[in-house]
Amino acid sequence: MTPGPVAPARGAPRRRGLTERVIFLGPGLLYLVVFFLVPLAIIAGISFLERGRFGGIVFAPTLDNFARALDPIYLRVLTSSIGLALVTTILALFLGYLTAWGIARLPRRWRTIALILVVLPFWTNFLIRTYAWIVILNSQGPLNGALVGLGVIAQPLELLYTPGAVVAGLLYAYLPLMILPLYAAIERLDPELREAAANLGATPIRVFLTITLPQTLPGVIIGSIFVFVPSLGNFIVPELLGGGKLIMVGNLIRDQFLKARDWPFGSVLALAVIAALAVLLVVQAQVSRRTATTTAPGA
Amino acid sequence: MRRLGWLAVPLGATMAFLYLPMLVLVVMSFNASGTPYTWTGFTLGWYGELAGNAQILVGLVNTLIVATGATAGSVVLGTLLAIGLDRYVRRSILDALAIGPAIAPDIVMAIGLLALFATLGMTLGLHSVLLAHIVFGTALVAAVVKARLGHTDPSLEEASRDLGATATETFFRITVPTLAPAIVAGALLVFTLSMDEFVIAFFTNGPSTPTLPIVIYSMVRFGVTPEINALATILLLLTFTIVIAAQRLTGLGGSAE
Repeated sequence: MTPGPVAPARGAPRRRGLTERVIFLGPGLLYLVVFFLVPLAIIAGISFLERGRFGGIVFAPTLDNFARALDPIYLRVLTSSIGLALVTTILALFLGYLTAWGIARLPRRWRTIALILVVLPFWTNFLIRTYAWIVILNSQGPLNGALVGLGVIAQPLELLYTPGAVVAGLLYAYLPLMILPLYAAIERLDPELREAAANLGATPIRVFLTITLPQTLPGVIIGSIFVFVPSLGNFIVPELLGGGKLIMVGNLIRDQFLKARDWPFGSVLALAVIAALAVLLVVQAQVSRRTATTTAPGA
Repeated sequence: MRRLGWLAVPLGATMAFLYLPMLVLVVMSFNASGTPYTWTGFTLGWYGELAGNAQILVGLVNTLIVATGATAGSVVLGTLLAIGLDRYVRRSILDALAIGPAIAPDIVMAIGLLALFATLGMTLGLHSVLLAHIVFGTALVAAVVKARLGHTDPSLEEASRDLGATATETFFRITVPTLAPAIVAGALLVFTLSMDEFVIAFFTNGPSTPTLPIVIYSMVRFGVTPEINALATILLLLTFTIVIAAQRLTGLGGSAE
């Protein structure tokens, strides 16, 4: 036999029978339409309906639910959740950038190990990870114990059930999601560009601002989306580490669906989270397109 | 190779930040006092208590049922979908649909599915959690398998067809074995994620069939419980083993898309 079949096979037209398409694509797409797209459509639909007196939904079109989201009480929840999510994202960005940079400088073998170490916590039980912070931040917990023991503070601090505790919990939950896209962006950087700029007399800060940051901007934005959006919708961390004193959008949505039984208003709040995600994804697409064109080889 | 230099400080800080809290739980699980405040000696007692906790055992069984079913369903749907998208589709909107459940915030999927099940008049229970978990599971398997498809040689399948094998034979004797590492990795990840998933299960579950995360939630809401430390240690060990196995199969350190 000659080793012939490979070359002609590649040139031969592919069999693209309709049956094959249906077998491969049909079940998965159908499933995702029914259990992913339809639920999203129902949420969008419900948001324009009235709430029934006993919790159900009345088929009467209205925009009241949207107006209600602008009520000062709810607006305050929205702005404070955005604030907490933003603080978390900025901290994650700062720590994540330096960490990703550090990982990129490790020898290749160690890079893989470091990345696995970063990912591992993300796959562990979320409640357990949050619970760990209840233990740590407790007034008699190890952190207060260490601080008192070292003489940094005289009395244990009230760390639990504060905004800081919520930010710590969210940062702990989502930091890995910031590091991965940043690492992917930093690893692709061309060190010669930085060296050239430095040789031409640019200060390290200038090199960072004019070369490194613009080139890693897509990673910065993806990482920020991965931290910001789930932080906004999280209701476990505010409940367990904020002690119920801090309400975030996630808590509000949960309560509308499971306690107040006001599904239309809960749907409006969920749409707000989706809208935030959509806006950020559009920004990301724009930025990555621009970065791709400005840093294309030969450009 | 440039040196790590001062970047060792943030790198070390991140690793400490990620692992010290877990280490505290592991150490506490062997602490006789059962509190994180004082160390009163080594014990395996909390693991014994855990084994006798009926609530946790019921939750564990429910979780294993859901995770096994979700893994099976997701592997079939996700693998077929990945191959279908790779072979026949050049439209990014379908790619977006396939990755959507992996990006959508869990609370949005949770209330959406709850609304769907309510609209259909379905009773809630393990079956509804299972249906819900297959949604993100399918997206995850499809993503992992699709990444692998980018590195496979289609001429093998074509050669098999040219040599007279039927489409079905080619699929089971060429396509599936080629994709096996990615399929197994995807399955392991879905199993892990389903086992730990709380938000969607919380919304789509009935009152009489709590999964393990729901049992944990009801326990941690009332503060520090020593058995949780023991449970946490076991779950951490289990998750680490599964995820590292999955990483080895895909041969990447998490940097791939």
